[in-house]
Amino acid sequence: MAKTFTQEFVKGLWEEIPPFRLVLGLCPTLGVTTTMKNGIGMGLATTFVLVCSNILIAALRNLIPPKVRIACFIIIIATFVIVVELLMQAYTYPLFLALGVFIPLIVVNCIVLGRAEAFASKNNIVLSIADGLGIGVGFTLALGALGALREIVGTGTFMGASVFGPSYEPFSFVITAPGAFVCLGLMLCIMNLLGSK
Amino acid sequence: MREMIKMVVVLTVLSAFSGGLLAGLRSSTAAQIENQKLQFVKGPAIKEILEGASNDPIADRFKIKDGKTEISFFVGKFDGKASTVAFESFGKGFGGDIGLMVGVNLADDAIIGVGVTTHSETPGLGARAKEDAKFTSQFKGLSMAVPIKVTTDGGKVNALSGATITSRAVCAAASDAGKTYQQLKPQIAEKLKEFNK
Repeated sequence: MAKTFTQEFVKGLWEEIPPFRLVLGLCPTLGVTTTMKNGIGMGLATTFVLVCSNILIAALRNLIPPKVRIACFIIIIATFVIVVELLMQAYTYPLFLALGVFIPLIVVNCIVLGRAEAFASKNNIVLSIADGLGIGVGFTLALGALGALREIVGTGTFMGASVFGPSYEPFSFVITAPGAFVCLGLMLCIMNLLGSK
Repeated sequence: MREMIKMVVVLTVLSAFSGGLLAGLRSSTAAQIENQKLQFVKGPAIKEILEGASNDPIADRFKIKDGKTEISFFVGKFDGKASTVAFESFGKGFGGDIGLMVGVNLADDAIIGVGVTTHSETPGLGARAKEDAKFTSQFKGLSMAVPIKVTTDGGKVNALSGATITSRAVCAAASDAGKTYQQLKPQIAEKLKEFNK
């Protein structure tokens, strides 16, 4: 059982990469990935919350009474989410406007609560940090990749710069919510193909 | 019984700690958040209204207390004279408060331009108040001395089709700005002298 820091970190990048393998946290995955920048911003915000809440929950895991553990987890997670919200408003206001309601919604993101319940409440602080970082970075990469795909196909830009030149007719379906589902499905399909070999 | 006391104590301590942390963070980021809002939310509206001003209206601002609330005034210099100010006023719209930035020329008490800053109106209907320049340009040149109304209420402003409540709210915000302006005009003129030095 004794896994190392690296093992716990690496598993979040492929084996348990959140939107594709665990299929958790789909709401922000579909909602904010209209551009790569938004996807990465959202991923980093979630990573911060995930790591901080994992640390605190792992530290307090023997103090928190089992019957009210979910309530305690939610208080801890909500606190860090508001921290992120305030910091984003203070320093990256345009990103805050772009992500909008999805920032406060990190509170109910099942990845964060899921890792708290499934991992941090049973493991020590060091492993919990590794788990939080791994899952968070995996989530960021997944959101970034999906965002890049949708941005390139849907608006013909990459990080705001034009890719195909002015003659490209944007395939705007990809930017809409149904298009997000299709893109996610295609990426899941590719991941499964790669994994099955 | 012991378990219950433990639950209550843990939850209380956790909540109190979280509350304290957030209150501290909120007050320490408040100034920075205000700056960001000025730059990204009010900034574009102010720049549009005071277009062609030789100074930076966001940097050249002053505050006047009106009752309990403090209003920020942004100064626009034209031809080397600080004779115009822009300030924000609010009206009750369909989905909540609508913020309206109103620019006034002190020489003739006439509106030089308005722009919607914040709103939660329906996209495509009320939200056009922010996007439709034809609508907001109707306010140009209107006097601050008389209440501003939509045509159906006997005023001069053509309402946005399908968004009468929003249009009324914008007019109410402008009229309200007029009242504030009448009340505070001596103070505004006094403050403007400092910028004319």
